[in-house]
Amino acid sequence: MPKDFDPSGRLPDFFVNAGTSSFTQFLTHVSPELLPGRRPLPPGLSADIAPHGTTIVAIATAEGVVMGGDRRATMGNLIASRDIEKVHPADSYSLIGIAGTAGIGIELMRLFQVELEHYEKIEGTMLSLDGKANRLAGMVRGNLGAAMQGLAVVPLFAGFDVSPADPSKVGRIFSFDVAGGLYEETGYDAIGSGSLFAKSALKKKYRAGLSTGEAIRFAVEALYDAADDDTATGGPDLTRKIFPVVMTATASGVHRLSDAEITAVAEQVVAGRMENPGG
Amino acid sequence: MAMQFYASPEQVQRDRSEYARKGIARGRSAVVLTYEGGILLVAENITTLRKISEIYDKIGFAAVGRYNEFESLRRAGIRMADVNGYSYDRRDVTGRFLANAFTQTLGAIFTETQKPYEVEICIAQVGSSPETDELYRITYDGSVMDEPGFMAMGGQAEAISNVLRERHDATADLKTALHLAAEALGSVGGENGQTRSLDSKQLEVAVLDRRRKGRAFRRIHGASLVTLLKGEQDVPEGDLGDVDAAPPQQATEKPTVSAAAEEQPAKAPEGDPAEPSDGVNGDGS
Repeated sequence: MPKDFDPSGRLPDFFVNAGTSSFTQFLTHVSPELLPGRRPLPPGLSADIAPHGTTIVAIATAEGVVMGGDRRATMGNLIASRDIEKVHPADSYSLIGIAGTAGIGIELMRLFQVELEHYEKIEGTMLSLDGKANRLAGMVRGNLGAAMQGLAVVPLFAGFDVSPADPSKVGRIFSFDVAGGLYEETGYDAIGSGSLFAKSALKKKYRAGLSTGEAIRFAVEALYDAADDDTATGGPDLTRKIFPVVMTATASGVHRLSDAEITAVAEQVVAGRMENPGG
Repeated sequence: MAMQFYASPEQVQRDRSEYARKGIARGRSAVVLTYEGGILLVAENITTLRKISEIYDKIGFAAVGRYNEFESLRRAGIRMADVNGYSYDRRDVTGRFLANAFTQTLGAIFTETQKPYEVEICIAQVGSSPETDELYRITYDGSVMDEPGFMAMGGQAEAISNVLRERHDATADLKTALHLAAEALGSVGGENGQTRSLDSKQLEVAVLDRRRKGRAFRRIHGASLVTLLKGEQDVPEGDLGDVDAAPPQQATEKPTVSAAAEEQPAKAPEGDPAEPSDGVNGDGS
């Protein structure tokens, strides 16, 4: 709640002044305690106190982008969750996936969603894709202190560029480092502990101008390979019917593959591996 | 020292009310009405500055009066709604909560400051059926009224309200509701009491669509507004415009050199600012 109570009942100045169009900046004035990375942590490493989420892959296609994430969260050697969701729509044309400390990642993602929507409502225009990526980089930077103590979170951001500089590149992917560095990736990228294997798998399969359908298949394949070699990444769970979350962002907006769609793809991939375990 | 004259509190309030009312009546009007598919917000507006806006998932905002004043209230509304939705849940943001905050603020401004805000505001919240829609009218002095499914603000609001009262039908479709809104707005302001016919360039139109999940606010502009106003056919739901966002500007190649490094166009040599040519120094000597 607002810091300085005004007995007149008027809204504090922060609310009514022209101020900023950024929700995060606004919160720093009004309720800084709602921001991730603003909380004092006890000294020492806190990496093992909360679950970690791992592998996210993103692939650029001819129509936009595809992003997929596995469903496992781990705490040390324990599986903390089998069905966590790490890929979400950031707004109507972009996707965000998170790896690292799950709690902070989910908070960062929620905040980022509000950030984009807030700008849209205040200004009446959507931020450019580069603008969205820059905002997210700033938010990751704000978490640097916590990251130094083991509560690191690194997002992967991808989206459909509604006004691209190069019409052949409508799907764009941005990766980040812990310090808030922002890097645009070409073609595909992966983050998290299984990303090494996922990227190697994609390296062999990826080519420019993939169709969305192919990219969905490759994303699930890459996640399978990551789960194959990384204990913190969960593979397709056929007994419980838990499959990766896969989303697309194209000219028609963001779309999450329905249970039936993703089940079909995942079962195909698993059947393929029965024949040829190497994919 | 200026002489302080005594003015009774009643007189002060009366003067302020009159001032605010006159200011609001000078502007163009806006109407808000429920229809079968949601809530329709229409403002007479020839500028690109907006009188109608999205606040939250099910909540819209319409205002008349002084632009700078209602714009700051609109921002405040969006900020409050987003803070609440972020700290609790999206379902916990209600029209009543916003109406309360606005009445408090407008009431305080009215009693405490020399100049009251010359604004009138509608907070509209769309429900699952016309009976559950909420329309709040908030006036310059902080009073708030629940409106019965339709309201007009600004300009000659009384006359416009009369047209709406006679013909408003909560079960009408979008086309019919828009025609009624345009006719009501056009029923005043013509030469010698004539009616006017408003076209798509003079209207700012948006709906809160009750069938949509999530953000219900959609602007209607361009071709779909022209089609609806002509009344030849209804517009398919998918064409109702996007959320409240124009696309960003076209991307350009990023510069690889500093903007400061670019060659300056040759300019006429300027005199030394420390030695002004008019012979007058900054310190008046």
